[in-house]
Amino acid sequence: MTTVTDTMDNVDAQHDHHADHKMTGIKRWLLTTNHKDIGSLYLWFSFIMLLTGGAMAMVIRAELFQPGLQIVEPDFFNQMTTVHGLIMVFGAIMPAFTGLANWMIPMMIGAPDMALPRLNNWSFWILPFAFSILLASLFMEGGGPNFGWTFYAPLSTTYSNGSTAFFVFAVHIMGISSIMGAINIIVTIMNMRAPGMTYMKMPLFVWTFFITAYLLIAVMPVLAGTVTMVLTDTYFGTSFFDAAGGGDPVLFQHIFWFFGHPEVYIMILPAFGIVSTIIPAFARKPLFGYSSMVYATASIAFLSFIVWAHHMFTTGMPLAGELFFMYCTMLIAVPTGVKVFNWVATMWRGAITFETPMLFSIAFVILFTIGGFSGLMLAMTPVDFQYHDTYFVVAHFHYVLVTGSLFSIFAAVYYWLPKWTGHMYSESLGRWHFWCSIISVNVLFFPMHFLGLAGMPRRIPDYALQFADFNKWVSIGGFAFGLSQLIFLALVIKCVRAGKQAEAKSWEGAEGLEWTVASPAPYHTFATPPKVD
Amino acid sequence: MSSKDYETYYVPEQSHWPIVGALALFLIAIGAGSYVANLDTGEGVGGYILLAGIALIIYMMFGWFTNVIDESMSGKYSAQMDTSFRQGMSWFIFSEVMFFAAFFGALFYARMLSVPWLGGEGNNFETWNVLWPEFQASWPLIKTPAGSETEAMGWYGLPLINTILLLTSSFTAHFAHVALEHNKRAALKAWLGLTIILGSIFLVLQVVEYQHAYAEMDLTLTSGIYGNTFYMLTGFHGMHVTLGTIMLIVMFLRVSRGHFTPDNHFAFQATSWYWHFVDVVWVLLFVFVYIL
Repeated sequence: MTTVTDTMDNVDAQHDHHADHKMTGIKRWLLTTNHKDIGSLYLWFSFIMLLTGGAMAMVIRAELFQPGLQIVEPDFFNQMTTVHGLIMVFGAIMPAFTGLANWMIPMMIGAPDMALPRLNNWSFWILPFAFSILLASLFMEGGGPNFGWTFYAPLSTTYSNGSTAFFVFAVHIMGISSIMGAINIIVTIMNMRAPGMTYMKMPLFVWTFFITAYLLIAVMPVLAGTVTMVLTDTYFGTSFFDAAGGGDPVLFQHIFWFFGHPEVYIMILPAFGIVSTIIPAFARKPLFGYSSMVYATASIAFLSFIVWAHHMFTTGMPLAGELFFMYCTMLIAVPTGVKVFNWVATMWRGAITFETPMLFSIAFVILFTIGGFSGLMLAMTPVDFQYHDTYFVVAHFHYVLVTGSLFSIFAAVYYWLPKWTGHMYSESLGRWHFWCSIISVNVLFFPMHFLGLAGMPRRIPDYALQFADFNKWVSIGGFAFGLSQLIFLALVIKCVRAGKQAEAKSWEGAEGLEWTVASPAPYHTFATPPKVD
Repeated sequence: MSSKDYETYYVPEQSHWPIVGALALFLIAIGAGSYVANLDTGEGVGGYILLAGIALIIYMMFGWFTNVIDESMSGKYSAQMDTSFRQGMSWFIFSEVMFFAAFFGALFYARMLSVPWLGGEGNNFETWNVLWPEFQASWPLIKTPAGSETEAMGWYGLPLINTILLLTSSFTAHFAHVALEHNKRAALKAWLGLTIILGSIFLVLQVVEYQHAYAEMDLTLTSGIYGNTFYMLTGFHGMHVTLGTIMLIVMFLRVSRGHFTPDNHFAFQATSWYWHFVDVVWVLLFVFVYIL
């Protein structure tokens, strides 16, 4: 895609020049304006959140290991499902993608840093504070949020417990963080590209983050509006979501999902970018259909704004509404199909090797497609009447978010760890992580399809006896998947500390500006922009 | 692209303002959270934490902006940096538009769908018949299904005056900008001062209108969906006008100190954009909240 005429000598000279700029100790991390430092902060934060949210999933699966109530109270179970969802969406997946964007985008487009480096630091440091509030609310009198991560009214208004105000303000500041981060990404990409790096020469990774950032600034403010209405309905006597005052609880769902559906794509479009970077590298072929990938991404982003009510087929919409949202949703399968086709076509007759990033990417293509197909099933209104709010939905979005988004993040970390740390990670540990994860994750989520089809509702601490066998296997898969992630933690720590010295171009088939700088990447790269032909 | 000056993009050194800002938002969030959660009892120190957070964020803004102004005045910024700031501000305003869109969405949904449905429209006859057979759908919704009553706010009088004030202020802000671009400093100060006065009168009249609504019309935040959308939309708009007025005052002070040149005045430009944005929102409010 791009050819680079920047020499290693040039890069080393820059390195020496800037070496004195780095602070030491905690101050380096608190005050940093460096996109690589901030990227690392985001990534470590998201991993801590992944383990925290994962621990909550373990509580859920332990309770559901057998029928009956044995480990936690139902109210605490509800808090676990709620906070698990909030943490995984806003604390694990989104910050991990922002971290990757921070690390890679400036290097990929030949920029010296993000466009607004101080704002970048602010965006990150809001997050630990926001999540401390959310987690602290679990220990407050009456407990934390217990209304599901979608906080449907009136559960979150009339029937909520005392900590809803903390939930609302925590979401507010998370939103501020996301919006500022997104503005930074957009401005960086629009304004900081090296000379010659036209839009259609940008790596697809950059394109997907560009489009994702637009989705973020369009919908995070809508989420802020939603939680504000929840706040005033709960504490200030308004009736946005109360029919007695002329409002409507269904209005909540409309506004929430107007945010929520683009939010879903905020968590998957960057994954498309990652996979589109890694598959060509290990298939040793250029990405098949680059421009169709760009247009497909943009189409998916556009469609994400007009499909929100497919989450609400059972609320009693007018028939015209049901049909409109059903057909628009099914339309999304077209650009998504283009993408899957292109990934497969990229691998077709390639000289493929199966290093860990490639293993996770191939798993992504297959398992994300399963998640996509179950989404298509849910998109059909009459069928959704049966599947709505069952474990089938849980299976669907975990295939998309875990074997989709999370697997792509793993793939990205493996792919760029040599660039970040200067060391090759242990390939054998990586394979252990992959095979343990891929087996356990399917034991965990695949039976959920059958549970849902058989009618097991989601978000309940107890279930009918006929669901016992499948739930036992789901729980076993869950524990195994949770433990498998400790392999990943060990691998990353090991790789940061030592390992085989990585070359500047760590993978034979890797393309892009980031591979023209040394490994580990110097603290400052491209103070003078490279020329891109 | 090649015409841009790539050699001098300014990457700032470490700064403590962002972490101060993050701490301030933390205090605001827990302060506001505990204040609101204890509204009924009035206990707790949430209000004080909230005030401390607000004080800290004002301190941060002073410090951060002082840094940026110093850097700009000492010539560290390139044209490319200016573009970054401009794009950043435009996308920020876009995010504000989407925030208001959520509340306008609620307004349209209530007017076009939920209130008529509660009155039995479409296939909702039984809903109406069983739940609130006394209820009559109308907009403005002056009597809610539960029976609380209010009066509708007219568009003539104060709201019309306010519309004229704010529209005029958009022009004066523009004239100030033109004066700045032609380096006519006296005219710049005069137009800018006039804009601030118009904005301030708007805010005072808005308070008068609220007092009138509460005291004489029984139109309160709790008067059903009509009062809800009325106060949330005009209230958030009023907060934005307040912020815009503060920004204009800061611009006035900076102009008085001799800041800004015809070629280099991003902060002024940003303030002016923001002011036009609150104007446009008001026009939509005037049409959809007051007139229709």
